[in-house]
Amino acid sequence: MIWIDTIVQGVLLGGLYALFAAGLSLVFGIMRLVNLAHGDMIIFAAFGILLITGTLGLNPFVAALIAAPAMFALGWALQWFVLNRVLGRDILPPLLVTFGLSVALQNGLLEAFSADSRRIPAGPLESASVDLGLVTVGWMPLLTFATAIAVIVGLNQIFYRTALGRAFRATSDDPVTASLMGIAPKGIFAIATGLAMVVVTIAALFLGMRANFDPSIGPARLIYAFEAVIIGGLGSLWGTLAGGIIIGVAQTVGAAINPEWQILAGHIGFLVVLMIRPRGLFPRAVD
Amino acid sequence: MLLETRGLTAAYGQFRALFGVDITLAAGETVAIIGANGAGKSTLLRSITGILHNGAEMVLHRGCPIGALPPEVVMQRGIAMVPEGRKLFASLSVEENLLIGGQVRRTKGPWSLAAIYDLFPILQDKRHVPGTALSGGQQQMVAIGRALMSNPEVLLCDEISLGLAPVVIRDIYAAMPRIKASGAAIIVVEQDIGRALSVADRVYCLMEGRVTLTAPAAAISREAIHTAYFGAAA
Repeated sequence: MIWIDTIVQGVLLGGLYALFAAGLSLVFGIMRLVNLAHGDMIIFAAFGILLITGTLGLNPFVAALIAAPAMFALGWALQWFVLNRVLGRDILPPLLVTFGLSVALQNGLLEAFSADSRRIPAGPLESASVDLGLVTVGWMPLLTFATAIAVIVGLNQIFYRTALGRAFRATSDDPVTASLMGIAPKGIFAIATGLAMVVVTIAALFLGMRANFDPSIGPARLIYAFEAVIIGGLGSLWGTLAGGIIIGVAQTVGAAINPEWQILAGHIGFLVVLMIRPRGLFPRAVD
Repeated sequence: MLLETRGLTAAYGQFRALFGVDITLAAGETVAIIGANGAGKSTLLRSITGILHNGAEMVLHRGCPIGALPPEVVMQRGIAMVPEGRKLFASLSVEENLLIGGQVRRTKGPWSLAAIYDLFPILQDKRHVPGTALSGGQQQMVAIGRALMSNPEVLLCDEISLGLAPVVIRDIYAAMPRIKASGAAIIVVEQDIGRALSVADRVYCLMEGRVTLTAPAAAISREAIHTAYFGAAA
């Protein structure tokens, strides 16, 4: 019985990792850009939500609703004014720029909010749980997991049901031919990064309500996101969810055996999947 | 004049591909650009679409300098391209490939999804198949349909017969009269001279980046083409 509980908790934890990873997967899928500042952006958004709840006394969900459009605008501007200039055949310049951004964000947050560990207050939701018969699960992990699914369904709807999604896929396939269709690839990239920042805001909301965060933990969140994206198969959103779940389950199982093994077990799970499926679980057919 | 190049000099880095090319295209006209491999035919089309950047005044659309505009802006002015090698989007179905051609520039005109399916009925049966799963000829039909979906004033066709079987080429060229009748002016770049002459009103022959011959398609002789193609008379 304890094992079922462990696995269920691991699956739900995977939802959080999938949320971390979805924005990363989106940006990589469309423009082959690896954003090393993704984890720091989640922390940045978490501080933003904290600031709004603190100063305006708002519910964190409402605060995230306010933060999301602001983050979209920031993401759009970041892509338009900075990242579009370094995107090209060479993959190194964008890596270096996002690495620099990561350092700058961490230090900027440290300057503004100090190194204190913080948490977004979520009231009674923090400890509420529901009895599902076999297992008892917290409302918060359940809500996180449901949100991860909703985000992935939503992104897939945009990708496969809208003209914008068609432009995303076409630009990802071949930006030059997309421009012959009247699509400005750089504009599409800017919208994609804006959208990724909305997903980052959602990830930040759940990270901030579930765990303590401080300006320095972005890179540690990023590594789980990367692992989820890679074992899922680069660019596949459902693969990213599967990847997140695998890492979540590996971590909780590892922790159930010995609490010291939680982090290590997650990384070992990652390596084992890569040994069996070097291109990930759901690799894109065309690449 | 609908479309015009004036002293167009396109280059790939240090390599100069065109040396002062002047061509004109009137409304409703079909012009063929012929010439050997490397004569600069595709470069000419890539310059018009804005994939290759040039001096603004080197390409004029209705008298407006467009030589320095990016491809997406040139396309929105009504100049659509059927690129060499088809270049269908692999992640998009046949129908999505067609839809994306008309999603940014939405101009009223004769062409719609239904009109394209009427022009190339085989595409309707295959509309949910990935674009790149089709045969070469069917892919070419999608590429032509995709360009028509924006109801362009000017349709640029780059080597549409390249790599296709003669029977397939015949099917595709059979659609040309209807495309012409819809009102679009067309520039056809071809290595297949017979095909090019069969649809064109006028012909330009390029050799080594220069126009060596321009004549009405009906009046042109094989000898003149041969000279323009290879230089000295054989």
